[in-house]
Amino acid sequence: MYVTWDLMANAIVAGILLGGFYAAVAVGVTIAFGMLDIVNIAHPAVMMIGAFLAYLALNTFGIDPMITMVILAGVGLAIGPFLYRGYHALIEKRGDESLQGLAFFFGILFIVEIGLVMTFGVDYRALELSYLSKTFELGAVSIPARMLIPFVVAMIMCGLCYAYLFYTFTGRTILAVAQDVEAVRLIGADPQRSKSVAFSIAIATGLVAGVLLILIQPVEPSIGREFIGRAFAVCVLGGIASITGTVTAAMILGVAETLTASLIGPSWSPAISFGLLLLTLAFRPSGIFGR
Amino acid sequence: MNMDHTTVTSGVTQTDKRRRRTTELMIAAAGILLSLLLIVVGRTYGDYFYVASYVVLQFVLLATAWNVLGGYSGYVNFGSAGFFAVGCYTTILLGKLFDAPLAVCVPAAGIVAGLIGLGTGYLSLRLRGVFFSIATLALAVMLQTLIVNWSYVGGARGVYVLRPDTSGPFDSYVQLLAIVMCLMATAAVIVAVVVERSWIGFGLAALRDDETAAEAAGVPSLRLKLIATTLSGFLMGVAGAPFPYYITYVDPASAFSLAIAINTIAMPLIGGTATWWGPVVGALLLGITQQVLTVTISSAANLLIVGVLLVIFVAVAPNGIVGLVRKFRESRR
Amino acid sequence: MSEFILSAKGITKRFGGFTALKGVDFEMAPGERVGLIGPNGSGKSTFVNCLAGALTPDEGSIVFRGDDITTLPSWKRARAGIARSFQIPRPFKGLTVRQNIEVPLLFIPRENAPKADEVDRILASIGLLEKADASPKSLSQVELRKLELGRALAAHPRLLIADEAMAGLSDGEVVEIVELLNRLNESGIAIIMIEHIMKAVLAFSERVIVIVAGEKIADGEPHEVMKHPEVERAYLGQ
Repeated sequence: MYVTWDLMANAIVAGILLGGFYAAVAVGVTIAFGMLDIVNIAHPAVMMIGAFLAYLALNTFGIDPMITMVILAGVGLAIGPFLYRGYHALIEKRGDESLQGLAFFFGILFIVEIGLVMTFGVDYRALELSYLSKTFELGAVSIPARMLIPFVVAMIMCGLCYAYLFYTFTGRTILAVAQDVEAVRLIGADPQRSKSVAFSIAIATGLVAGVLLILIQPVEPSIGREFIGRAFAVCVLGGIASITGTVTAAMILGVAETLTASLIGPSWSPAISFGLLLLTLAFRPSGIFGR
Repeated sequence: MNMDHTTVTSGVTQTDKRRRRTTELMIAAAGILLSLLLIVVGRTYGDYFYVASYVVLQFVLLATAWNVLGGYSGYVNFGSAGFFAVGCYTTILLGKLFDAPLAVCVPAAGIVAGLIGLGTGYLSLRLRGVFFSIATLALAVMLQTLIVNWSYVGGARGVYVLRPDTSGPFDSYVQLLAIVMCLMATAAVIVAVVVERSWIGFGLAALRDDETAAEAAGVPSLRLKLIATTLSGFLMGVAGAPFPYYITYVDPASAFSLAIAINTIAMPLIGGTATWWGPVVGALLLGITQQVLTVTISSAANLLIVGVLLVIFVAVAPNGIVGLVRKFRESRR
Repeated sequence: MSEFILSAKGITKRFGGFTALKGVDFEMAPGERVGLIGPNGSGKSTFVNCLAGALTPDEGSIVFRGDDITTLPSWKRARAGIARSFQIPRPFKGLTVRQNIEVPLLFIPRENAPKADEVDRILASIGLLEKADASPKSLSQVELRKLELGRALAAHPRLLIADEAMAGLSDGEVVEIVELLNRLNESGIAIIMIEHIMKAVLAFSERVIVIVAGEKIADGEPHEVMKHPEVERAYLGQ
């Protein structure tokens, strides 16, 4: 294969843009799993729901996905506490078995996937929007709008999560819950409430990430599963409970995938994230920035 | 290491050994009876009966295999479909290379999948709980990527497999497959009983509850986990070995299928993971229901039901049907 | 074989940039009763984890009954004769009380096969015979502590590490546990008692060592050690 610098530069820029989107997918996992110990492997299913809702919104009601994602973020924050309460009552309260929590979310993942298959079928769906097909040229590097917009949205979203966690009282209690539940009680906050808020944020980011996904590429229900590995790979690589780590790791994964796709072939790129995950888990479970 | 102390522990006392032998003999007898029944009954219902029986028995085997690791040690394998597919593609590869007969492919598939299982066992050294589960999922996707890119065994497009001629006492090749699967499932259940009631099962039960405390009590946890992951992988590979001849056209989507991924986990969890008969009950119940329902509703709807049942059981009856039966018995006492 | 059952030299353990233990030396005679004290976070738990094998020290060596066990995993140390109880009781919740005792009996080989009634004898000695078939989930705090000790006892140890076996118990219950430990000691088992309850430590130990900030600052006869200025500062200054 003939490799030029232009090709490399394009692959790296595309990788960073893709990585931004991966950060949007993984930030919810980082919050729910990394900080709250909720093994939500159904997070990609939440994302798929977001993607198909964006599809419905545009094609049935003519709502632009940019508006849909704001609405969905609100919806996620609104229904999140109820979802958390349900999860807490059914699984978390019992407390002893992580096996049960895993199996629970595994079941949810497949219920959502099959539900989507039965509603929408297995055909690929995409959003037809003129502004998505624009491309900006920066020298030899071309930046398609369908990658740039998700990247920008993802960075804003991760920034908001970071700001919320570090600069608000509730946000700080969430970070504290991640360290020590007892300590949170001592400062007079309700760990249950902190977790509920955090879980809602995770759900909201998942729905928004879904909208971003369908901006980037056509979707069908089963591709959600590909993102379990990616999301957890990014989360683990980034040090499990760190937002900045997540964003950095997402960029690394994005670049690794686009380089693989352009140098070896796109059919190998799913193996990259999982390979990276396996290697990280096996040799550096504390992540790239871990101590 | 000699673990054959016969004097201590309810896990391995003399009476227990005797009881275990009885159970083993009963399962073996049941398996052989079922095989004969398949032959007799199948004659009147034709090949569809064998097709359906094959699928149900394959799930008995898979659920039992999953439970040897997941149920006994608490390490959740999300990558069952990967192990199954490894078995499946071992048969395809050996068939292409050497025209190997099924009798060779089955053990070979078991060995290849068992070795991969052994690898995941070493992963468990560093990865506990969720991390192990995600790693197994990752492994399945890696294997799938590998197969998709390996054109010799069909790649993404898939490959057609010719069934050998039916010979000997069998009416059709599907009948032969159903009986082979019946005997393999029976053997797997016996293996599960032996493991469960031996020092291996006892040690796994201890480390499932608390790995650190088990180590402090002298339990060689790594060794036990390696036994469990290898055995579980072996049995899953064996389950996949006859699949190419059953389905005759194999592509990555059918070998790494959603149905296998969901059912293999759902069946033991719905049946109950603590004992060998939980997965068997779960697999028979869900497997037969799905076969009956496939006639009336789509396979997607079928899987949806399995998924919903899984979530309900995990949330409401974490000990599965076995747990419910026990509770019922105790309440009547 | 030396006169010591256990001899640890220069035990150092780091977690990232933090040094939890700085070259701790420790020796112990067979059948000795040693109290290990120190403020929270001083490195006591790290030290016993290094002895029992839950952690491997970064530097130093541990010799137990003449064998170097520095890098052995904890199950091999358990088989060599080091048993421990955990600070927070860690029963096997899925097994019965009886089976909890049976785990070490089954997994720790010994010279003469254990007698058939050994489980019952151990259960009787910790006062849990009547609860043999119960689930550990139904046990009270003090019963869980006893189960911890029973399980350690079933390992047929030469050295028992009792990690805060009395935390959170009433005075009467503390006495029960101390009596139990005394009986074990009389059967020839050396015991390291890690404890915050100073009365219990003084009543039980022949020798006390003090670890503060990862270093052993005192080692000797209990009342002598308590007069040590640094110990006074570390303890009474709190």
